[in-house]
Amino acid sequence: MTTLPAPPPNGIVGSAMDADRRSNAAREGWLIAGRDILHWVREPWGLVFGLAFNIMLILMFAFLFGGAIDLPGGGDYISFLLPGMFALTMLFGLESTMTAMAEDAKRGITDRFRSLPISSASVALGRAIADLLSSALSLAVLMLGGLLIGWRPTTGPAEIALGVVLLLWLRFALLWLGVYLGLRFRGAGATTAVQVLVWPIGFVSTVFVSAETMPGWLGTVAAWNPVSATAAATRELFGNPTGTTTGWLAENAVLGASLWPLVITAIFLPLAAGAYRRLRR
Amino acid sequence: MTLANPPGSTGSTALRASGLRKRYGAAYALDGFDLEIERGAVHGLLGPNGAGKTTAVRCLTTLTEYDEGTAHIDGIDVGQRPADVRRRIGLVGQFHAVDEALTARQNLMLFARLSGLSKTRASDRADQLLTAFELADASNRAVSGFSGGMRRRLDIAASLVLTPAILFLDEPTTGLDPRGRATVWQAVREIAAAGTTVLLTTQYLDEADQLADRISVMDHGRVVAEGTPSELKRRLGGDRVAVVVGDAGRLAEAAELAGRAVGAEASVDADTRTVTIEVADGQRALAPIVRALDAAGLEVDDLALRRPTLDEVFLHLTGPDAAGHDAASHEAAPDDAAMPPASAAPHDAEEAR
Repeated sequence: MTTLPAPPPNGIVGSAMDADRRSNAAREGWLIAGRDILHWVREPWGLVFGLAFNIMLILMFAFLFGGAIDLPGGGDYISFLLPGMFALTMLFGLESTMTAMAEDAKRGITDRFRSLPISSASVALGRAIADLLSSALSLAVLMLGGLLIGWRPTTGPAEIALGVVLLLWLRFALLWLGVYLGLRFRGAGATTAVQVLVWPIGFVSTVFVSAETMPGWLGTVAAWNPVSATAAATRELFGNPTGTTTGWLAENAVLGASLWPLVITAIFLPLAAGAYRRLRR
Repeated sequence: MTLANPPGSTGSTALRASGLRKRYGAAYALDGFDLEIERGAVHGLLGPNGAGKTTAVRCLTTLTEYDEGTAHIDGIDVGQRPADVRRRIGLVGQFHAVDEALTARQNLMLFARLSGLSKTRASDRADQLLTAFELADASNRAVSGFSGGMRRRLDIAASLVLTPAILFLDEPTTGLDPRGRATVWQAVREIAAAGTTVLLTTQYLDEADQLADRISVMDHGRVVAEGTPSELKRRLGGDRVAVVVGDAGRLAEAAELAGRAVGAEASVDADTRTVTIEVADGQRALAPIVRALDAAGLEVDDLALRRPTLDEVFLHLTGPDAAGHDAASHEAAPDDAAMPPASAAPHDAEEAR
């Protein structure tokens, strides 16, 4: 036999190793989210390409298709488009939540977390904090980019802040859908399915065009899409053209954008918690 | 040593499980699993793929709920107080449960802080473990560039941030090269020497033979034999005399003659031209066997005297003709049905590879 590596010196078993503190979901959630932040620093390309893709979409619609799009109610198309793109970016975040949950569960990291003396809410909380942070960062970059191509919010800081809060509120709701899907459907096929399905959900909305330009039934579906509700509310709060002049949603956009995410959260937060518990089966 | 016995623990038993059952669909992954481990011991859980080793570890470490039976770690009921159990265990699963994109140090810091250590103490502990597991030079490199052995060592280090009362290692050397395996073995010996109880699952008999004080052999979701390595070997009877016969055509004749010479059963392996005779005392049997073969003009290429290996024990206990397999109680759990469906428990599916 060749020379064996030297035996590890003492230190494998540490001295007095009682924990310094009790389990605390908020602290643990931040620690787990900190892992994602380290990922971004070490491998920023995922984040960068995700953003580049959204910027590309904005440029395509603003300059390639935008000229051919007639906005009901009038107004500048770029000012109409940008708030829609903000809402769509929140929807696209669903994929990354789902992928991250599924990957961790597959690779055994989730099991490692589950074997630690931490709160059962910590893993999901960590995911929520990290994804909200990355979405907020994306939003900031898109807003700056929007300003460069001529998008302007015309209202006061309070309205603008409320618009941002409603956008992140949609993202928060979709987190639980992502956590649920990621835990329940871990195969590579499921991730691809979500990546594909996000497109019709994103496009059958008022992100790019007004619902009034669509055939009646499709327009109704698009108008009631949660993404449309957030897009409409954001347009209103930023003082941008809404493209929709009549209908319940046009008159109650902020209410719609508040309620839809609430409904999604009410359904998928318990389902996500259930899926996490189901890991014990 | 005091560290392995946290305050409040009583007795000399680190782990006791009795009658554990875990059902997946129609099949039982655990079907009356019993295990008792003395404090400070290294216990090997040995069994073929799909025997239920991983399910047993997952149930004992609170990752999976068992359906029936009781399990106590350090006197604490696993089913009733999983959170308290988690404070006393370390788990190294079959997967490298470390974050590939982070450095070794960042991984240890994360798990140490999640285990409740303050930043300073987590940092001290990370350094201590990196040195102990010879990862200090690689501490600031991303884990994605690590060799299998380095990852596994980091994985074990991460499970030791708090000194566990009992450390579970699920097939810790699967997929490692001989050098990687040697370092893991050395680490397990060190951990045990420091007083931590270890439960180790493995498919490698030499591993169990090398590391374990006692071994439980598992098959079809239950323990089919338990004892020290030498006890298990003794169960298989006495010594083996193996004779390699020069003329393959006269194998049967050689077996007949050798068996009659010592009044024992002889078995034949045609592929290796080997006649194996099971005898109570090998040394006494050698001379009569050689004389009988020589008298018949049979050429002997090789002659060996040996004790039964754990491999033979293993095959004997878990093979298709092993005692108990024909029992009606196993109808519900045919060989591959002991596996849970992959979608429900992907980690167990891994055992089938």
